[in-house]
Amino acid sequence: MGSATSELPSSRTPLRDTAENGLKIVVVGGFGVGKTTLVRSVSEIRPLNTEEVMTQAGAGVDEMPESTGKTTTTVAFDFGRISLNDRLVLYLFGAPGQKRFWFLWDRLFAGTLGAVVLVDTRRMDESWYAIDRLEHHGTPFVVAVNRFDDDSARHSLEEIRAALALPAHVPLIECDARVRSSGKDVLITLVDHLHHLARERELTA
Amino acid sequence: MRRPVDVGDPDRLYTVTGGRSRSDGSSFDLVTLIVAECEPAVGQQSEHARILELCRHPTAVVEIAAELSLPITVVRILLEDLQATGRITPRHPRVAASATLPDSALLTEVLHGLRNL
Repeated sequence: MGSATSELPSSRTPLRDTAENGLKIVVVGGFGVGKTTLVRSVSEIRPLNTEEVMTQAGAGVDEMPESTGKTTTTVAFDFGRISLNDRLVLYLFGAPGQKRFWFLWDRLFAGTLGAVVLVDTRRMDESWYAIDRLEHHGTPFVVAVNRFDDDSARHSLEEIRAALALPAHVPLIECDARVRSSGKDVLITLVDHLHHLARERELTA
Repeated sequence: MRRPVDVGDPDRLYTVTGGRSRSDGSSFDLVTLIVAECEPAVGQQSEHARILELCRHPTAVVEIAAELSLPITVVRILLEDLQATGRITPRHPRVAASATLPDSALLTEVLHGLRNL
């Protein structure tokens, strides 16, 4: 990905000059589940890739082999962008669900609106950890099942909800991450859910 | 398969930030939008110059990191330099101060934007 710097600046699509408030939504899922595909289908820019590196001894950070004498955590992630209106810009992050990623959650994704857990029913175990961590961080989320054409089993949503031990109040939907309208529906389902939670809170406050 | 960004060897990162490995905590969010207040100057550190170029229009911290192929932490340090000398203005994200959920008015606006896509 060294090409990112060799491209002409004109290949970038700049934001409007009135853009002033950046928002975050994180798409979490195992390798190959379609996070980047989902980000790409709804993003106004070609998804970009970046890294966060942490090189210091910090509590709770990955244990490195003792011979190295230091702790290093590196997490790579993709992101895309949607200009919602003149002022609001939504950034969509595709983040790996692996363990070391969660150590950087607060540092990277504090203040995120919410998360989408993208599920491949052929590898459901990868989703459990993500769901557990999001609950731990108190981040509201929805679960989207990316339907793959070659998935012969075709579990129903009820079966999937049971397999994930997903509480009834967490929205669970199907999607095709390749299709823009489908990706858009996933985001709307999440923000609808967040809106519902926010209204509940405001009414009881 | 995509390869992660090549961030170069640690020595390069060390040089870019003048040996600093952490930002002072006044931290820039991933989605803080940065706006340049001046044009790049001759003789300026090249990373600073590139940031000022990119930020002629508002540009998120994470986009700067991707364009410069540098880790977020390093970009935050560079941005602190530029802010200390008044060469950029950050537009920090404004999500409700109250804990975990933004207010419903903002979410209504987000929904409206998404439905109009």
